[in-house]
Amino acid sequence: MSVELTGAEITVRCLQEEGINCIFGYPGGAVLFLYDELFKQDKVKHILVRHEQAAVHAADGYARSSNKVGVALVTSGPGVTNAVTGIATAYMDSIPMVIISGQVPTSAIGLDAFQEVDAIGITRPCVKHNFLVKDVAELASTIKKAFYIASTGRPGPVLVDIPKDVTQQKTRFSYPESITLRSYDPVVKGPMRQIKKAAELILSAKRPIVYAGGGVILSNAAEQLTKLVQMLNFPCTNTLMGLGGYPATDPQFVGMLGMHGTYEANMAMQYCDVLVAVGARFDDRVIGNPKHFSNENRKIIHIDIDPSSISKRVKVDVPIVGDVTEVLNEIINLLQTDKHTPDQAALKEWWKQIELWRARDCLKYDQDSPIIKPQMVIEKLYKITKGDAFVTSDVGQHQMWAAQFYKFDKPRRWINSGGLGTMGFGLPAAMGTQLANPGAKVACITGEASIQMCIQELSTCKQYKLPLKIINLNNRYMGMVRQWQEFFHGNRYAESYMNALPDFVKLAESYGHVGMKIEKPEDIEGALKEAFKLKDQLVFMDFITDQTENVFPMVPGGKGLSEMILV
Amino acid sequence: MRHIISLLMENEAGALSRVAGLFSARGYNIESLSVAPTEDPTLSRMTLVTVGSDDVVEQVTKQLNKLIEVVKVMDLNDGDHIERELMLVKVRAVGVDREEVKRLAEIFRGSIIDVTDKSYTIELTGASAKLDAFLDTIDKNAILETVRTGASGIGRGEWTLKA
Repeated sequence: MSVELTGAEITVRCLQEEGINCIFGYPGGAVLFLYDELFKQDKVKHILVRHEQAAVHAADGYARSSNKVGVALVTSGPGVTNAVTGIATAYMDSIPMVIISGQVPTSAIGLDAFQEVDAIGITRPCVKHNFLVKDVAELASTIKKAFYIASTGRPGPVLVDIPKDVTQQKTRFSYPESITLRSYDPVVKGPMRQIKKAAELILSAKRPIVYAGGGVILSNAAEQLTKLVQMLNFPCTNTLMGLGGYPATDPQFVGMLGMHGTYEANMAMQYCDVLVAVGARFDDRVIGNPKHFSNENRKIIHIDIDPSSISKRVKVDVPIVGDVTEVLNEIINLLQTDKHTPDQAALKEWWKQIELWRARDCLKYDQDSPIIKPQMVIEKLYKITKGDAFVTSDVGQHQMWAAQFYKFDKPRRWINSGGLGTMGFGLPAAMGTQLANPGAKVACITGEASIQMCIQELSTCKQYKLPLKIINLNNRYMGMVRQWQEFFHGNRYAESYMNALPDFVKLAESYGHVGMKIEKPEDIEGALKEAFKLKDQLVFMDFITDQTENVFPMVPGGKGLSEMILV
Repeated sequence: MRHIISLLMENEAGALSRVAGLFSARGYNIESLSVAPTEDPTLSRMTLVTVGSDDVVEQVTKQLNKLIEVVKVMDLNDGDHIERELMLVKVRAVGVDREEVKRLAEIFRGSIIDVTDKSYTIELTGASAKLDAFLDTIDKNAILETVRTGASGIGRGEWTLKA
């Protein structure tokens, strides 16, 4: 026990104790004491964004690409409300994050003070938990709890709301080494009885598939997943959130599944007899209509750390609540000691069927088009970066093409807003990714609609010299909206046309970056090569793409997985 | 189906709104909700009555368990339990009705806790269905006011919900 510290000093000390060396934020009245303390030290680097939404997305990208807890700092009132989109994005994708928000002084709470908003109330439905700290004596333990809750169990964002007077008050500081909460004790190990049942079911499979989602990434279980799939010679599919959890270049990988999944992945999901779901949640974009999905006779094993994810949309036969890594290790151990193996003849037949589905070549597109096909840009990006870049995306067609055509072999390389589907995510997430991985190649695949939702962050990129490569697939439409309007709304393109676009090259240049406009397919590769040669500069590549290109395959809303629209 | 769910939670500001918010956000029904601190002042005990299919109620209990401040959740329908609710009902009692109301209160083992020349206030305890039955027997036009606490539930015998 040493001298007394102010709440602001304590907050910064807590961040240091947690090993946080980079936070994202924007100052304001309620957080002035906190910023004053940040100013006086150099262990925690502060990245000044241009809008609070970007602060949270950047902290999110930082967390996703590094497996650390992301931290954002915003002021009261509009600072918090601007942050909400970012918080909800992180919540939907279970990203560990701590958001520190300023609040008006405790004496002013409830009096409609300047820049007052009920931060706890507004964020309650989109955080894992939140705290209002009314007493400086509880500040350190609350921040400890926030980091503990954010990073354990099914991770998620935790908000700590700190009134201005609390940052001024003094108390003795000690940071708890560890913490236990009687009301929160996330499971780690799965129940052995269920794991044995799962192993038996796996061995009995004739037409198996492993369906792995974001839980594999969050639990750092890519190695275990790969081992299990390869020792069994089972096919494996990943969700949008799970890409990189299993190496995409491996022949046992059948591609992403779901609304824009591959034909082979969706058909195998529909017609398998044993489905091993790992850290995935059977959501509407993945299995379509659960009624159509459940028509088939299949047994389902579901491994997830969150009991509420199990039997939420689809009834399962062998639920296993536990950390994915732990459970997969146990299953691997059991299978290694078991003399039995799955029916090899049946498995051979099943692979034969899958190869027939695969031969349908569902991702094919016109390679000889005189207009740039967006898919080709992604394929070239994959080639130029040797599949080793960190790729962030915004939301829409470009996101789906990135997921389909960039083959992720490693986890934490593909960073996108899967659950909430937040346009504007890509650029700030790329900033966070670059800061967490200095020197790494970071590409942001976006569209002319999405990029404009956080375009102001080009300024942040300039300030911190972030050499991002922005791949703007510019089709002058909100592409996915246009696609749905073409398919389901009689070609009436209501408000989905992006008129009055800026000159992106000049825009990039005005922020001090390099801009390129690419209009011919034969120029794609050269432009990308040139861009990646500019190691210290952000390059904004404006690719003028085919306006009418659609994402295929597509499972229309309300349909079953096997009812795909194909090229 | 009607389910009575019991939960123990941290007796902290905001815990109740998390439970209420969960129900509205996910579209679950709350028929009634009663909550008060326990013998351990750091804990609150809540009884929540909800209506839903087994699948929905399973999700309700899982989602409640996920709330950080919720210590334990029990679906009392999983076993033998007792349910009680308190009701205060103010009834117009004049003329010939005065005696009739008093008699009905006695039949339902209620007690009259406030009397004026025009009304009785009756206190009645029992399962929610019994309170409904009492209200059904009284002339609707005679009821001036009813106040109900919502059900409180507890497991029978050794079955307990402790932190």
